[in-house]
Amino acid sequence: MEEIRKAYFMAKKDMGAYYLKPPLISWGLMLPIVFVFAFYFRNPVGIKEVIPGLIGLTLLFSSTSMAAIVITFEKRIGALERLLLAPLEIRTILFGKALGSTVFGLVITLVITIFLIPIIGLSIHHPFSFSLTIILSGIAFSLLGILISVGVKEVFEAMTMSNFFRFPMIFLCGVFFPVSAMPYPLPVISYLLPLTYTVDGLKHCLLEEKGTIPLYLNLLILLGFIFLLFSLSLFIFKKRIRQEF
Amino acid sequence: MDAIIRVNELTKSYGPNLAVDHISFDVKEGEIFGFLGPNAAGKTTTIRMMVGLTQPSSGTAWIAGRDISKEPVEVKKTIGLVPETSNLYGELTSLENLIYQAELYGVARKERKDRALQLLEEFGLKDHQEKPFQKLSRGLKRRLTIASALIHHPRILFLDEPTTGLDVMSARGLRKLILDSKKKGLTIFLTTHYIPEAESLCDRIAIIVKGEIRIIDTPENIKSHVKQMEVLEIGLDRIPDPLKNKLLSLDGIEKILIDENRIRFHTKNIDQVAPGIINLLKEQGARMETINTLSPSLEDAFVTLTGLDSDLMKIDKPVKMGGE
Repeated sequence: MEEIRKAYFMAKKDMGAYYLKPPLISWGLMLPIVFVFAFYFRNPVGIKEVIPGLIGLTLLFSSTSMAAIVITFEKRIGALERLLLAPLEIRTILFGKALGSTVFGLVITLVITIFLIPIIGLSIHHPFSFSLTIILSGIAFSLLGILISVGVKEVFEAMTMSNFFRFPMIFLCGVFFPVSAMPYPLPVISYLLPLTYTVDGLKHCLLEEKGTIPLYLNLLILLGFIFLLFSLSLFIFKKRIRQEF
Repeated sequence: MDAIIRVNELTKSYGPNLAVDHISFDVKEGEIFGFLGPNAAGKTTTIRMMVGLTQPSSGTAWIAGRDISKEPVEVKKTIGLVPETSNLYGELTSLENLIYQAELYGVARKERKDRALQLLEEFGLKDHQEKPFQKLSRGLKRRLTIASALIHHPRILFLDEPTTGLDVMSARGLRKLILDSKKKGLTIFLTTHYIPEAESLCDRIAIIVKGEIRIIDTPENIKSHVKQMEVLEIGLDRIPDPLKNKLLSLDGIEKILIDENRIRFHTKNIDQVAPGIINLLKEQGARMETINTLSPSLEDAFVTLTGLDSDLMKIDKPVKMGGE
């Protein structure tokens, strides 16, 4: 309980110091809004089909970006050392950092979702499943950002590596093209990426029975990604600390 | 007094380079223990191993009765560290920084703000409590970093080169704060390369060179190692270039220290060497402005014990970017 409280304090500090700055919030909103308008003007009737993917992308970009940058930045200015000096377990540090960027990602995603409801007549058929899908996805994407940040030294490396993982996901995870319509071996790669399960889960919640994987399985696989990404991040972070400090 | 820090055969190597070489020492509760040595002597590496930031290659460090490598979280609750670079959060104000540290160290909710305000008052930062850390002067940043290390009432405070890069007034103010903290019962472990700072602050000093401890004792006892030595100090209007080698060639001179226009001669018999020195200075056309006999200082002892030139101790490390 004590560790969870400390992780919350870290997340609260990160929100105040980094995330809740007007430029970051507007940057976080800009990308999904541009995507929505681009698709809306091209095909106003068919936009509903890509909305789950656009919401998933919003969550992916907003959650990973900050998680990837914050740890690298704090390592650079020496502030990460303060956390390593405090009576905190390494897992608490990672959890606190992931928590801050998850909340940021969820806030941006909810703003975009609320903005889309009146514009395109979006309706959420299963609010509970929708919430669960975006919360689990937000945590998984933040941990992906954390995994990238613990493995690199410079902020620009973190940015480059983030894009290395994120950009292929735009095309491979069912955002614009159904995974089932992709030629072999692309579906194999798709099923190794967490965004696939976010988009499929959101299709269940927003488009009614449009998902191809059972919803419970999407959620279980997202949980598996959380466990895997956290374990990998913890392993690499501990190794890096031994090397760099 | 009991040992609150017990270091045994602590060693750190980076590949073939031995940064800290099997050092052992105890620090008593309530004392100021100084680690004195030139840059790259292994001071910071030692402190980092003691606080759990760097893993030792071998050896142990027991802090407040616990092994840092086995119980790092418990040890960290009892210590505060002020690193060489002030590294609080630039975006947060002085007050926010202290409250955040209090949160991380588990200070009770109702005490956090009061404790932070109390430290801001004690450290002369009350008027700067709403200023972001990045807007503070270097001296104030240093004070706030020390205050933040004390937020959870630690038993031991580690200070890594606390006055490096500070102006004279800030450094003096900081030394007073260190002495005040000791009066409140805090044990202080500090590293420094300023010999006068170690002499004025520390109850005991360990002199470390190239990762090895050469001596551990009180400043007075360390000076007594060179008590048989006499010191003659001559102030000149200028120091001609080749003078040092010529002076060293005179019989009876053990060592020469040159500081600006003053030359300090270490000898076992001033009466015997003084006429020769004075004649040589006259020959070289240097005009004597002052002449004194002195008791050996800690600097003299340092030079004798380490064989190093004391000028090495006057070289500051470049101040890092970032928090500073």
